[in-house]
Amino acid sequence: MAANSTGAVFLAVLRRDLLIGLRHRSELFNPLVFFFIVVTMFVLALGPYENTLRQVAPAVIWVAALLASTLSLDMMFHSDLDDGSLEQFLLSPHPLIIIVIAKIMAHWLLTAAPLIVAALFLGQMVYLPQTALMPLLLTLLLGTPVLSLVGAVLAALTVGLRGSGILLTLLILPLYIPVLIFSVATVDNAVKGLAFTGELYFLGAMLALAATLAPFATASSLRVRFG
Amino acid sequence: MNSFSANALTCIRNDVVLFSGLGFRLDGGDILQIQGPNGSGKTSLLRILCGLALPDAGSVLWNEKNIQDHRQDYFKEMSYIGHVNGIKMELTALENLTIAGALSGTNNGFTPLETLAKMGLAEYENTPARKLSSGQRRRLALARLLVTDTRLWILDEPLTSLDDYGRQLMRDMISAQAAGNGITVLATHDPVDIQQHKITMINL
Repeated sequence: MAANSTGAVFLAVLRRDLLIGLRHRSELFNPLVFFFIVVTMFVLALGPYENTLRQVAPAVIWVAALLASTLSLDMMFHSDLDDGSLEQFLLSPHPLIIIVIAKIMAHWLLTAAPLIVAALFLGQMVYLPQTALMPLLLTLLLGTPVLSLVGAVLAALTVGLRGSGILLTLLILPLYIPVLIFSVATVDNAVKGLAFTGELYFLGAMLALAATLAPFATASSLRVRFG
Repeated sequence: MNSFSANALTCIRNDVVLFSGLGFRLDGGDILQIQGPNGSGKTSLLRILCGLALPDAGSVLWNEKNIQDHRQDYFKEMSYIGHVNGIKMELTALENLTIAGALSGTNNGFTPLETLAKMGLAEYENTPARKLSSGQRRRLALARLLVTDTRLWILDEPLTSLDDYGRQLMRDMISAQAAGNGITVLATHDPVDIQQHKITMINL
């Protein structure tokens, strides 16, 4: 009889969710395709005018990325609830928060990480200047984990409810607004050649806050709802 | 010696009292079978016993300690197999069992591969659970009992969709659990047919 370590549980759940994600190709590519389509539609609708596109580029990329990342949020705990895996998580002697952190990290790796890579290419399409590319990358790296973390809390609160998809979207978008504002402001300033570190610090603070509080809130929501 | 007891449990669902004042006491080696018609509260009782749901009144004690106050200690010693299997269709049988082993608090020294062989799933370790038959999925769910070393099993309809061989396997597992001073609580309509051990019955 040997005890399993908490670290092993974290890695096992992370590996499990990544495997499931990678075997569900369509769900993996859905947000990515959505992201491409939204940005492309904007470019087609606004016309090939470098100055117009450059002005709206940060907003277009961030709004598209934000909407794309909400697409997959609903699925975070949904299938686990349906097939009884969630019960097994709740009945594990290991802290639920470790399992939750692993699931959030897997969600970020599967949905946001591809978006970040794609954003670098789409930046070219909307004439984002080279100097703004690095700030865009930084805002995405700091901002998208906040989206996954805050999203997890609401996904846990709404999983299993009738019409949870639309409810989740309505609840989550207001919470995403601070991330959107500071991210777009950062990239905007970079495009205009202004200082942008202040906004980045705010994003970093939001990430620190979300990373410390959201896993607890998610675990508690699941406990409150399912025992 | 472990003990598992329920004191004056009451469960109310949708304004209907499913059961009230229900109590029992089990010691190591005991088997408890819960019977009752559909909708009589078998699953509700099991979910209360495993700590997933709270009773409307009463308490569940493991080694004389309330399970709600000592959740982690209790979950280390308890395995619950619900009527849904808790397996991932996208993962192979082996991957499913590996994650189950990692989530449990203890392991009994058998590798997931050996456990699959014991459950008659030896050739299926790399088969996605989606491609298994429903009986095989049930066996895979029940295999979780063998990767851990828990002293209390709570099983909801464990024999569902199992064939004769699978049912015999399950009976042998419960017998072995009782012989090893473990406790089993199961809800099932079918007679359990274990001669070596006395089975306590509760009719809801």
